[in-house]
Amino acid sequence: MTDTAKIEMPKIEMPKIEMRGVTKSFGSKPVLLGVDLSVPTGKSLVIIGGSGTGKSVTLKCILGLIAPDAGVIEVDGENVAGKRGKAREALLDKFGMLFQGGALFDSLSVWENVAFRLLHGSRKLPREEARAIAMEKLRRVGLEEDTAELFPAELSGGMQKRVGLARAICAEPEIIFFDEPTTGLDPIMADVINDLIREIVVEMGVTAVTITHDMTSVRKIADRVAMIHHGVIQWCGPAAEIDSTGNPYMHQFVNGLGEGPIEAIR
Amino acid sequence: MPILSPVVLAIQGFVASIGATVLWLCQATGALCAFAVSGLGHVFRPPWYPAEIARQFMRIGYFSLPVVGLTALFTGGALALQIFAGGSRFNAESVVPSIVAIAITRELGPVLGGLMVAGRVSSSIAAEIATMRVTEQIDALTTLSTNPMKYLVAPRLLAAVIVLPILVFIGDIIGIMGGFLVGTARLDFNPATYLKTSYEFLETGDVTSGLIKAAVFGFIIALMGCYQGYHSGRGAQGVGRATTNAVVSASILILASNYLLTEALFPG
Repeated sequence: MTDTAKIEMPKIEMPKIEMRGVTKSFGSKPVLLGVDLSVPTGKSLVIIGGSGTGKSVTLKCILGLIAPDAGVIEVDGENVAGKRGKAREALLDKFGMLFQGGALFDSLSVWENVAFRLLHGSRKLPREEARAIAMEKLRRVGLEEDTAELFPAELSGGMQKRVGLARAICAEPEIIFFDEPTTGLDPIMADVINDLIREIVVEMGVTAVTITHDMTSVRKIADRVAMIHHGVIQWCGPAAEIDSTGNPYMHQFVNGLGEGPIEAIR
Repeated sequence: MPILSPVVLAIQGFVASIGATVLWLCQATGALCAFAVSGLGHVFRPPWYPAEIARQFMRIGYFSLPVVGLTALFTGGALALQIFAGGSRFNAESVVPSIVAIAITRELGPVLGGLMVAGRVSSSIAAEIATMRVTEQIDALTTLSTNPMKYLVAPRLLAAVIVLPILVFIGDIIGIMGGFLVGTARLDFNPATYLKTSYEFLETGDVTSGLIKAAVFGFIIALMGCYQGYHSGRGAQGVGRATTNAVVSASILILASNYLLTEALFPG
């Protein structure tokens, strides 16, 4: 019997989310022109870019809120484009999302908002148990117990973001999306939210995708950064390299310059 | 290429605009039918949301009671006066109790009740769902693995279909009482005779036909509110337009379907 030499293959980890050649147009207006993006498992990716460049559309395509015209979107190696009904709901169980305006349900109290998935979804729990988990998540995002019975209209913008964050993490998702998490907040509250996001992402070990044009958020939250412009990813790399990359789009955006390849309407 | 005369161009433009309108109408009708079928499908398929259904029963039914009751009361009273005035022309004043009862139960109870509830409920459903659309709450529902059609549309459809007949039945009683009050206080009818005549002339079919109409109107009211809200445009203007469209379309559909239902239930 002869010994066969064992060849050590490098271990290639499957990305949590992968997009290949994703396109999307609204009527005659193209928004995504072939987005290629890979989000490694357990990492925090921040997508930056100007207003109307397709950041939100990218997230919504992954979630299935918008159907892409073409391309492949994989989550855990499985093509998710075109999933409907129960299959889509099962896929969405992996996700949590913090919306820009909070998107809290007006007719439900704060704790019912936070525990929504536990009260209604496939992981439905008894009401008292769901409430206990919601209270724990509210404490985790720095909210007092007495906010639990309030309604979203009674909360400040910062508190709404915290409740939205508590709702996003309540069912312990594998992936969390943050849509402009600091928009509309004062700089101090924005910093608090950034810290919270970073802490939660590290603590839970989740894969996170954030879209923002706030460079302070980028520096606090990101492991990797992707820059989208003209419907394609212009640059993608480690957060540590955003100041030193020679990419003209990144250079202009990171430094907030009026001159450069990104045309500014005056 | 031949140069077309201005007259031919004008005719072409006119025909094209008719074609575009017909296409839009077909598209809108198709979209509404697909929405209605999808909403109805979710009414019969689990999971159901009992708390949300109960909330809609209260909002659509209980809180509409004063509006429907007052409408029926004044309509019954006015009807008694009109029938008395009309009947006196050929010495038929005695028909007031029976005609009031028949008119209220068959026609005015369901139609006026339906229109009043359309104004109150269809607009509020449209405004609420349109605001949820604008503030991304509907997207949030989807990301929380909850089908918005099942959570928002199905409970409203179910509640409206069940609660409208109950509202109209109560409205029928109040309307007949309105006629009774005016008949006895203003037109010198004997109270016992008035009630006896109303009861004797009223047939089961008069009441049930009105309740069938009410169930259909309930469906229309909830459907138009949900549809317009769900497909609203962006911003405050989108919400406002959805609200107006919901009330206008629900009212027109109630009146149109009332005629068709009357043809079907009382073929003559």
